[in-house]
Amino acid sequence: MSPSTRGSDTDKGVRPTIPSAGRSAWDRLRRRRTAAAGLVVLGMLLVSSLAAPLLMGDPDAVDFAAVLQSPSLAHPLGTDQLGRDLLTRVIYGGRISFLIGALAVLLALAAGIPVGVISGYAGGTVDLLVQRGVDLLLAFPGFLLALTLIAVLGVGVTNVVVSVAVAAIPVYVRLVRGATLVIREQTYIEAARALGAGDRAIILRHVLPNCLTPVIVQSTLQLGAAILTAAGLGFLGLGVRPPTPEWGTMLGEGQTYLLSYWFIATFPGLAIFLVVMAFNLVGDGLRDALDPRAGARG
Amino acid sequence: MRAPLGRYVVRRLLYALPTLLGVTLAVFLLVRLIPGDPARLIAGLLASDDEVQRLRVELGLDRPMPEQYARFLASVLAGNFGLSAVTRTPVIEEIGIRMRATLTLAVTSTALAVAAGLSAGVLAAAYHNTAVDYAVMMAALGGVSIPVFWLGIMLMLLFAVHLHWVPAGGTGTPAHLILPAVTLAAFSTAIVARMTRGSLLETLNLDFVRTARAKGMGEGAVIIRHALRNALIPVVTVVGLQFGTLLGGAVLTETTFAWPGLGRLLVSAITARDYPVIQGIVIVFAAMFVVVNLVTDLLYVAVDPRIRYG
Repeated sequence: MSPSTRGSDTDKGVRPTIPSAGRSAWDRLRRRRTAAAGLVVLGMLLVSSLAAPLLMGDPDAVDFAAVLQSPSLAHPLGTDQLGRDLLTRVIYGGRISFLIGALAVLLALAAGIPVGVISGYAGGTVDLLVQRGVDLLLAFPGFLLALTLIAVLGVGVTNVVVSVAVAAIPVYVRLVRGATLVIREQTYIEAARALGAGDRAIILRHVLPNCLTPVIVQSTLQLGAAILTAAGLGFLGLGVRPPTPEWGTMLGEGQTYLLSYWFIATFPGLAIFLVVMAFNLVGDGLRDALDPRAGARG
Repeated sequence: MRAPLGRYVVRRLLYALPTLLGVTLAVFLLVRLIPGDPARLIAGLLASDDEVQRLRVELGLDRPMPEQYARFLASVLAGNFGLSAVTRTPVIEEIGIRMRATLTLAVTSTALAVAAGLSAGVLAAAYHNTAVDYAVMMAALGGVSIPVFWLGIMLMLLFAVHLHWVPAGGTGTPAHLILPAVTLAAFSTAIVARMTRGSLLETLNLDFVRTARAKGMGEGAVIIRHALRNALIPVVTVVGLQFGTLLGGAVLTETTFAWPGLGRLLVSAITARDYPVIQGIVIVFAAMFVVVNLVTDLLYVAVDPRIRYG
């Protein structure tokens, strides 16, 4: 839903992404304090989860002498129903969430971009068939699609990645197709064609680069969405298998204790909230930075 | 304009049918992708070998695939989704019992999201770049980022466990509806608010609005009489699409609040590997969503003269 895919103005989408604009876009992104805050939060969570094995002990270490303890110096976020340290598990949880999010988005990109461009550029029967396919996928609301696939594939990290990715594919197909439809009608495409440029050249040199902005913005937001979906599956007990410290799974596992011991639900959930919010902040900041029109207005 | 619009409506209706057919085919194929004997899967783990054999013949699982699908489709169209592998009651009855709870929740949340989202979005745009705008945008950011199940648990901890204002879960009184509806509406409210604000701000930059201002029209009248009407066009689509998110969120919200709807039934069916129930609910959810999208598309074309529907 980038503004550049809606077309009543003639000045949007006309400007090809100029490679040298990258630097100023980066500067503008950094200048936006909220986006910067998002970057900082993401950076901290990413580094701490990557460094988890160096910083923390065993996330699966059970201690029946220290079950369901409130936050203390020994256990800053408390312990769960098996006496496992929640801080350790929350930090380790970042590893699995980032991994699932990144893999799912990459998979969705790899499938969605080519299909979207071809559908929008070719038009006609190809477009019609692709859109029927997309309609079919979109007929299942995103989370339900992931849930249905899990019902068939079974639980586990790989199946969660595949399910979340498949649910995200139609988003990219629609986005890229929409952008392609707008770009295809621009005067400079007509000019390129008049100069003898073939379809392949037009797609690679003009259409794809112009689709890039909404795709980058969408992917940042999609990372957050993917983590959210995976956590939702985990909460239902249909995501990553239990001993693995995934944030949603931690909430699902401790379901019986959620209302009696506030810290069990609070911290893993807060971690999901923070990560998703950080991705959203960065995504919105990127949109402002990469879309000159929005930047001038804000 | 009227004749092509009529044609568009008919065509759009005709497109929805293959989508619905595709949904049944996809669900049919998906369940048959599961490794193992489908008759055993559909009969459930408790069924005896005789029962499984009887079911195999009854469902025509010994027949070729296309014939199986034709039979499946015929029974789905007749409202027959088979028997639950766990409870042995007809799936359609189980769905019927739960449908009301889910619809109540989804419709209440949608109404809440539209009312709150529209007002917040208009406020934010009218007071662009002021504290009001920032507050709305921060709240919207929270709304799109917060895991719906976690929001539910936090609201429960605060309003049910600590303050005792509302029940923590279950159903029965209107008070039971408050927390689940607010929880489920949070995401959609945020999306509607953002879309309304963004669309309104964009519209306020357009020539015809500048003209209205140049005529000396007050800002309030400009927003309400000119800008909002145009700005609402993309918001219509968003509300329709949100319904899908809402159905997905309903699965999580219903589980969090022990709300006896289709979503919770779906989760327990997946856990119990009750495939007839899974098939039935997925088809019903998809059908609901297809119909809502169809209505949204038609509304969209009806309100936006810029769309070419040739």
